[in-house]
Amino acid sequence: MSILRPKRFKHLGRSLSLGWFLAYRQVRRSSPFTTGLIVFVMTLTFLNLVVVRGVLVGLIQGSTDVYKKYYAGDIIISSLPKKDYIENSSNIVNIVAGLPWTESYSPRYIQGGSVEAEYKIKLRQTDSPNSAGGLVEGIDPVKEDQTTHLSNKVVEGSYLTSSDSDSILIGANMLKKYTNVDVPGLTLLERVNIGDRVRVTVGDTVREMTVKGFIQTKTDVDQRIVMLDSTMRNLIGRGDYNVDEIAVKLKPKTDVFLVKNALLQSGVGNTARVQTADEALPSFLIDIKNTFGLLGNVVGSIGLVVASITIFIVIFINAITRRKYIGILKGIGINSTAIEFAYVLQSVFYALLGIMFGMLILYGFLVPFVTAHPIKFPFSDGILVAELSSTLIRAGLLMIATLIAGYIPARIVVKQNTLDAILGRN
Amino acid sequence: MIEARNITKRFESGDSVLLALNDVSFKVESGEFVAITGRSGSGKSTLMYQLGLLDHPSSGEIYIDGEKVTEMETDELTKIRLNSLGYVFQDYALIPELTALENVLIPLLMQGLSQEAAKEKAVASLSRIGLADRTDHLPSQLSGGQQQRVSIARAVAHNPKIIFADEPTANLDSESSALVLKNFLELNKEGQTILMVTHEPEYAKMAHRVITLADGKILSDIRNR
Repeated sequence: MSILRPKRFKHLGRSLSLGWFLAYRQVRRSSPFTTGLIVFVMTLTFLNLVVVRGVLVGLIQGSTDVYKKYYAGDIIISSLPKKDYIENSSNIVNIVAGLPWTESYSPRYIQGGSVEAEYKIKLRQTDSPNSAGGLVEGIDPVKEDQTTHLSNKVVEGSYLTSSDSDSILIGANMLKKYTNVDVPGLTLLERVNIGDRVRVTVGDTVREMTVKGFIQTKTDVDQRIVMLDSTMRNLIGRGDYNVDEIAVKLKPKTDVFLVKNALLQSGVGNTARVQTADEALPSFLIDIKNTFGLLGNVVGSIGLVVASITIFIVIFINAITRRKYIGILKGIGINSTAIEFAYVLQSVFYALLGIMFGMLILYGFLVPFVTAHPIKFPFSDGILVAELSSTLIRAGLLMIATLIAGYIPARIVVKQNTLDAILGRN
Repeated sequence: MIEARNITKRFESGDSVLLALNDVSFKVESGEFVAITGRSGSGKSTLMYQLGLLDHPSSGEIYIDGEKVTEMETDELTKIRLNSLGYVFQDYALIPELTALENVLIPLLMQGLSQEAAKEKAVASLSRIGLADRTDHLPSQLSGGQQQRVSIARAVAHNPKIIFADEPTANLDSESSALVLKNFLELNKEGQTILMVTHEPEYAKMAHRVITLADGKILSDIRNR
């Protein structure tokens, strides 16, 4: 037994080496057009495997990304259930500011309210007002911009400065010109321009203010009227500086759970709810993300089956048309392993080239392009999600499928009677 | 060297049975050049396929160097074909995407020779049949006669005990045929055992011995002077 084993390995090594010899020459001397076509099909198959799922998941990923980027930051601290605001906010703000991982933070005042335009030209009391309801948010414009880059999302007009105590920004979902939907019960602001005077109502307080800009983030912020925190405090009469939520942006590569735990250990959890941005995501978004991921996997699996069948057909046709030569090889004493290995190597070659070109197209063009030009959807800017790890897993799956799909037809043809193959008999 | 004992080969198709070989027995000694001849359908190629271990006889036994090969497993037969037998087919049977040299190299590499040693042997084999200047040509770039000689070079490169040649001149003009026959005679002079199937009486005459088949039976077994 111990003598036989090295001999068997030596024999296998010889077969594999000859398989490589045959495969290399078959591929090198095959028609460039045929090789190109097969590699093209493999490239498309690989892209189908990665891109379809990537776009589906990217639709929601885009939404969750903007949620973090333009609204929640990495950690969001909000009021406890049944509480109107975060008690002892100043203390919490100080804790957040003192953490070594904090890059920036933005405390916010939030109350329900509405905005009304054209109230001066309303003829009768019974005329429908040109108004829209939403949340009124008071912010420190500098801190907010450091945390959520809100100034980048001003689509008309300009961002607030610390001296804009009389100005507001209006979210796109409250404006007819940006949200052209006709839903019963939902009223949107019409004919409002930058510089117009509008009436903002928060609770019982009404104040006339100037529209400084419109913002569109594709997050909850689009349903908000944004003003300075000092103005907001006056409007709602909150003199204790207790805020309603605090968005915290962490330094790059910081473990969010580490910071969350640090905050909880500091006692923040006693007066506020501390959540990571992912935890604070609306549950429907998580459900859709999971569903799209599953759907993407199903489509990807179909792609994998198609790829396997494609390579099976390619290798099978190749092996069938070369049946006579396979017979000759067997006839002159070349063993089945060497011949099968030659075909498997050819499939691997096609798959490798397909994956290589696919990767080049994916990371060299598609991902940067879609990142620069996101797919516009009403609820998000869709991106192409293609993490290297998951792409490599898919490449590995395609390679395994290809190996099997290349081996089976080669095996079928190699197993045929040698003399029948040489003589072309059925 | 090689011995056939009561070889019978039947082809069955539905109810009809064709007896291609009927109780054929003979022995070929080392260094002999034997021509198997006969009319079309006489069973000469079928006999060669049985002796060359490319097919299994329906009954009977084949011995190579005293070893019974008819009951061996496929893998063992493949090894015998690789190490002890050489083949020259009517249609040359070269692998189209391999050069002349690479076609000759394959069995040598399968035997386990290093690339260098195999190449040296293959070049020597091609030179021996006068094709040293055609080593890098693909089969499609060679004439029929040259292709057949590459096939001979491949058959002899690994020093087989016997060469089986199935109508090696059937597709060649007279000039190329003469050259191929000359190659066989030279190889035989050097001690190579050759078993050649041919339907050309003038080529058969060049062999030491002519076995004539008719209806799957040996009609005559004559030694030439």
